[in-house]
Formats: sequence, structure tokens, C-alpha cells
Amino acid sequence: MKARVTVMLKDGVLDPQGEAVRHALGTLGFSGVEAVRQGKVIEIDLAASDRAAAEAEVRRMCERLLANTVIEKYAVEIV
Amino acid sequence: MKAAVITFPGSNCDRDLAVAFAAAGAEVARVWHKEDALPAGTDVVGIPGGFSYGDYLRCGAIAAQSPVMAAVRAHAARGGYVLGICNGFQVLTESGLLPGALMRNASLKFICKRVGLRVATADSAYTAGWQAGQRISLPVAHHDGNFAIDAEGLARLKGEDRIAFTYVDNPNGSVADIAGILSDNRRVLGLMPHPERAIDPAQGGTDGAMLFRALMGAFVPV
Repeated sequence: MKARVTVMLKDGVLDPQGEAVRHALGTLGFSGVEAVRQGKVIEIDLAASDRAAAEAEVRRMCERLLANTVIEKYAVEIV
Repeated sequence: MKAAVITFPGSNCDRDLAVAFAAAGAEVARVWHKEDALPAGTDVVGIPGGFSYGDYLRCGAIAAQSPVMAAVRAHAARGGYVLGICNGFQVLTESGLLPGALMRNASLKFICKRVGLRVATADSAYTAGWQAGQRISLPVAHHDGNFAIDAEGLARLKGEDRIAFTYVDNPNGSVADIAGILSDNRRVLGLMPHPERAIDPAQGGTDGAMLFRALMGAFVPV
């Protein structure tokens, strides 16, 4: 079983990297880009066979290590 | 005073920090991150600057899970002193020993220069050698020094006089110009500037030496 974790800065936390990407897209001529937020995707291969248990385990991983919940939010997807 | 300086893979200010403690008269032990205990009688733990684990995942996030950090947490819980500089500050926030987080500099640039600081409080063993409001100069060298904390956390830091240093001219976007903060018992200090790189005239300034001298004079053995 595979889990995909998406970690993003929380809404309202300024994302200077996303802002730089937005600016660069404008420079390339892509108009109408109103906002860019940059985050990271972490894929995890799991031995578990129970989806609910796997999701709960990955959520604990997010709380302990994968996300810094002071500034980041995360989403877990079992795929 | 017995100091223990931790080395993680990728630490690069560990020797400088050991030299700074020794220059102030401390007995210094060097401790590898795989150790699960600190040397007996450790008064202060130094967590140095550098790029522990290549800054993978987030700066300081992997180092915060090292075996030695469990011992550092226990040391802090006993009322022991912990000084985290630059990457060491990031390790302390990732460990939960200090609140907030250090984000990418607002300019997105790595900043390496000498900056003006204000000593925001003299009420700690680290800052007792200065007057509150005194202006000093220390080097900074970081890519992720942009201190972030929510409004409630910031109000708490201010209300409890736990902001140790502020930037005169904010280089990285830190909220409230914060360069360093103290724990609630005032014995854990994290700061982005490098006092250990300003202890000898050959380094272009000696303002950092006061932090180590003050700590020598003011620390209370646990």
C-alpha cells in the first residue's frame, strides 16, 4: 500500500518561494497567475494492508516528523 | 561550568562553539549525536550551527529526532541550560524546546554578514552581561532564519520578556525583528546570529564573547 502525503504552508503563512515562482511565471508571459503556493509531496510504501490503520499511522508520522504543524498543514491520501 | 557540544552529521560550527565555551573558562566535552546520554555533570548543552542532515525535510527536523536529543530534552526538563545557535536554534524549535519555527528568509537569499542587534532583555544567564536595549554586532549566516510564530505565541514571548535579541535592521523577515528567544524558565536560548564567531579580534569583533562570559558567571548548577 502506498501513502501520499502533501505538506503545504498553512493559509496565511507567507510563502516567499511560491511568490518567487508566481513572479517568474509572469516574467515568462503567463498572465493571470494570481497566486502560487509551493509545498512538498512525500510518497511512502507501507507493509500494512488495512487502509484505515495505514492512514492513522501516516497521520502520526505527519504529526511527529513529516510536517511542522506550527507553520504547515498536511493531507494524507492512501493510493 | 561543564559544557557539552553536540555534533550532528553536517554540523560545521561545533568546533567554534567548543572554542568559545573553552575561551570563557568552561570545561568542554564533544558529544556525537548517536550518544543517548550527556556526560555526567553537564551544565550547558551547545547545539551548533551548520546543515545537519543537509537540511533534508526541514532545517533541524531530522537532527531533532537524534538519540542525543532525548537526553537534551531531559536535561532541559531538569532545568539544565541549552544554547542553540543558527541550525541549533532550528533544532530547538523542531524539538519543541522553543516555540515557533524558522522559515526561508523572506528575500529567499542566503544571508552572510555582520548585523546590528539589540539585547532585548538582560534577564537571562546568557544576556546578563549586557544592558537591556544595548546594541551589539554579530555575524549571521543562514538561509532559513525567518522566525515565525502565531499571534498568541508572540504575545506570550513579549509578555514574558522572552525575546532575547532583535535585529536593528531585519535581514530575513522575522516577525517582530526577533533574532533569539528564551524558554519559559529562561535557560534555553535559541538565536540565529553567531556569538561563537565573534570572540576574537581576528574575527572582526568580540561582542559574542560576552554571552559565554556572562553564562559562566551567572549559571546556576542543576
